[in-house]
Amino acid sequence: MTQDYIRQREKRTGWMLVIPAVLLLLLVYAFPILRAFWLGFFTENLSTNLQPEFSGLENYGRMVQDGRFWQSIGNTAIFTVFSLLFELILGLIIALALDQAFRGRGLVRTIAILPWALPTALIALAWRWIFNAEYGVWNDILVRLQIIGDPVNWLGDPNWAMVSVIAADVWKTTSFVAILLLAGLQSISQDLYEAHSIDGATPWQSFRQITLPLIAPQIVIAMLFRFAQAFGIFDLIQVMTGGGPGGATEMVSIYIYATVMRYLDFGYGAALVAVTFLILILVVALAGLGLKRLQANAE
Amino acid sequence: MTTVTKPTAPTPSSTSDSSIPWKRILLWLAIAFTVIFSLAPVLWQVLTSIKTNAAITADPTVYFPGLDQLTARHYIDLFRENQFQIYIINSALVSVISTILCLALGSPAAYALARLRIPGEQLVLGAVLVVTLFPYILLFLGLLEIVRALGLANNYLALIVPYTAINLPLTILVMRSFFQQLPKDLEDSAKVDGYNTLQMLWQIVLPMTLPALVTTGILAFIFAWNEFLFALTFMTRESMKTIPVAAAQLGGTTLFEVPYGPLAASTVVGTLPLVLLVLFFQRRIVQGLTAGSVKG
Repeated sequence: MTQDYIRQREKRTGWMLVIPAVLLLLLVYAFPILRAFWLGFFTENLSTNLQPEFSGLENYGRMVQDGRFWQSIGNTAIFTVFSLLFELILGLIIALALDQAFRGRGLVRTIAILPWALPTALIALAWRWIFNAEYGVWNDILVRLQIIGDPVNWLGDPNWAMVSVIAADVWKTTSFVAILLLAGLQSISQDLYEAHSIDGATPWQSFRQITLPLIAPQIVIAMLFRFAQAFGIFDLIQVMTGGGPGGATEMVSIYIYATVMRYLDFGYGAALVAVTFLILILVVALAGLGLKRLQANAE
Repeated sequence: MTTVTKPTAPTPSSTSDSSIPWKRILLWLAIAFTVIFSLAPVLWQVLTSIKTNAAITADPTVYFPGLDQLTARHYIDLFRENQFQIYIINSALVSVISTILCLALGSPAAYALARLRIPGEQLVLGAVLVVTLFPYILLFLGLLEIVRALGLANNYLALIVPYTAINLPLTILVMRSFFQQLPKDLEDSAKVDGYNTLQMLWQIVLPMTLPALVTTGILAFIFAWNEFLFALTFMTRESMKTIPVAAAQLGGTTLFEVPYGPLAASTVVGTLPLVLLVLFFQRRIVQGLTAGSVKG
């Protein structure tokens, strides 16, 4: 009887402690997403004097034929794939280095996480200046090394602009990947490597047969977080190129922002949010399944 | 995190041994790469911010400015003409308050999710994990409607509330993993001594979690200080802007003369607090990120 009473009280206290946080999460996360799905069925723009008018699937029909939308999805895909690829390679190299014992490791580790901690918008300013066509230091270095003959207009050329924003993103977020992978590396017992090398394995074989399989879960988790962030990238692009030149670096987030804030097309903007959300959830679910399988294999 | 120092591979005695220590060479190459990669863009920004306009636009590019090419002008301009102290105060205010709120709401919730068996626990945890993946662009339209409906544009609350919320998942995950590592005996004996759950949480558990609160607080502060999209959308009045937005909009005044110097100086001013945080709390940041493994 008293046991039951205590249990009951514990439950009540528990909910009391959780509910404020849950309410705030519902307000800031659940409401905007649900609201986007709802508003996506309405037309609310300048032609309706910003009043919502039910229009069924009209927004989605428009999206199918919206070349600018598809281009932004394509840009986002290219940006995401190449950013993640380079972040994984560089992050792994940095993590492997930081996993070794050497003098000054603490300092190097501090330096290595610096890019992650700095504000993306300000970092975008820094990279815009580095890639400046006239006075940019990147052009100067490449010309001095005779890799290029004449200065390149990095942010003014459609292809180079994409390369530039990817480079800036890789710089900013590689340290995050490195931190997560380093945690994975540190949990691998040194004995495994010793036994393996006694068996005559080369370092490369050890890396392939021990290191990679054992940090596979950390790789998937890091890539999952990076995917979500890269897919929704906004500040870096907005400040570095604004989506230009000529839409060459316009990501889906930049298009959503312009649709809402510049064209005041709230209904269509909401539909864009809904579709972007669905794509994101789909990829995350697939990655989640992959992670489960990896963890099942590891056991 | 405990830093496990691994036994160093025996270094071959340098001259007598003819084999080249490839492993050592590769390691130092990787370290050199890491340091240059991480620091060079930042240092270039610092250098630009203290060069005179003539030195900034000089051809060939000036890497080692002479004394006559150095100036504090850009920093003075930043505070005299662009009123950067206002943006610093705004950023600091919004970040600190949202961090405190986040800890106040998040740690009790984390404790309940770690220790008190409540129905729906798995659902809450799952939801918390998933929302850490939502990019802010999915949220800004709905939040904009709330801000407009409540007339909160250009009000600190328009940023404090979302910033508190976006840091809650991280706080809950990190604090929960910390609570789970606490020895349960302590709480059991406190219960025997007649403490109820709230007294126990406040008087016994929280003091012990101070290190974890600091770790989580630092991460929350960093995310709040760095946020751009909400600040750009909800704060349109000049006097309410935060540093990232104000700095990004510096160039907009004249089309033909881009203020490279002040831009670089604003980057340095806006990143300095975070550089200091990283310098002092590197270990805690790594620990928090791995415990919560959240965000990029």
